[in-house]
Amino acid sequence: MSLAKPAMRGLLGKRLRFHLPIAFALSLVAAAAFKYGVTEPRKQAYADFYKQYDTTKEFNNMRDAGVFESVRPTGE
Amino acid sequence: MLATRALSLVGKRAISTSICVRGGHGVAKVDDYALPAYFDRRENPLPDVQFVTELSAVQKSLKEKEKGSWATLSNEEKIALWETQLLAPTRVYRISFKQSFAEMNEGTKEWKSVIAGMFFFIGMTGLVVLWQRKFVYGPVPPTFESEWKEKEVQRMLDMRINPVEGFSAKWDYENKEWKK
Repeated sequence: MSLAKPAMRGLLGKRLRFHLPIAFALSLVAAAAFKYGVTEPRKQAYADFYKQYDTTKEFNNMRDAGVFESVRPTGE
Repeated sequence: MLATRALSLVGKRAISTSICVRGGHGVAKVDDYALPAYFDRRENPLPDVQFVTELSAVQKSLKEKEKGSWATLSNEEKIALWETQLLAPTRVYRISFKQSFAEMNEGTKEWKSVIAGMFFFIGMTGLVVLWQRKFVYGPVPPTFESEWKEKEVQRMLDMRINPVEGFSAKWDYENKEWKK
């Protein structure tokens, strides 16, 4: 009983034809997941924060807490 | 080349005790490790020599008959050889090879020793670390004390560290407490 002759050529090509599309697809999925799972929510969070941000009020709060060196808290 | 051809008449492994004549100058003893060797390797399926080197008389006759057509063996010869298991295909195989591919490829139980060794040395390292903590290292700086840490946190909140998504974002400035 004789065995079939194994594939002798084209092994790398066969492997690439199988693995490269999968690799590209998975990379795209990973990038899309990161974009829509992380970066877009983060951009939205920053936009929402600064929409309601009162610069002067925050500055005065920080000044009164005493963290600045250029201005002393009000009343000193 | 001529010397090895001559040596092949002597017998494949009997060469170890014979000597190699080189160009009339003298004799050089051929050491065992310099001869073609037998080894079971998956990547080199047909080694340079067969496994069984010294064939008994019966095995020798079998090898001779193996070279010819097995149909020419008489029935008595076949039965006699079969009874001695010499004509069995596996027996012929075992003359040429020590282990089959299945046998040479099978895994060992070595991984258990490896894991045991790993755990042992990690444990030894742990003991060394504990001893170091007690006898080598000095006290930690004052910046690790609770009062210092409280003042640190308060200052970070005053400075509004990471107010969007991070540290100060979790503090409720109206009620002066951490957000739920």
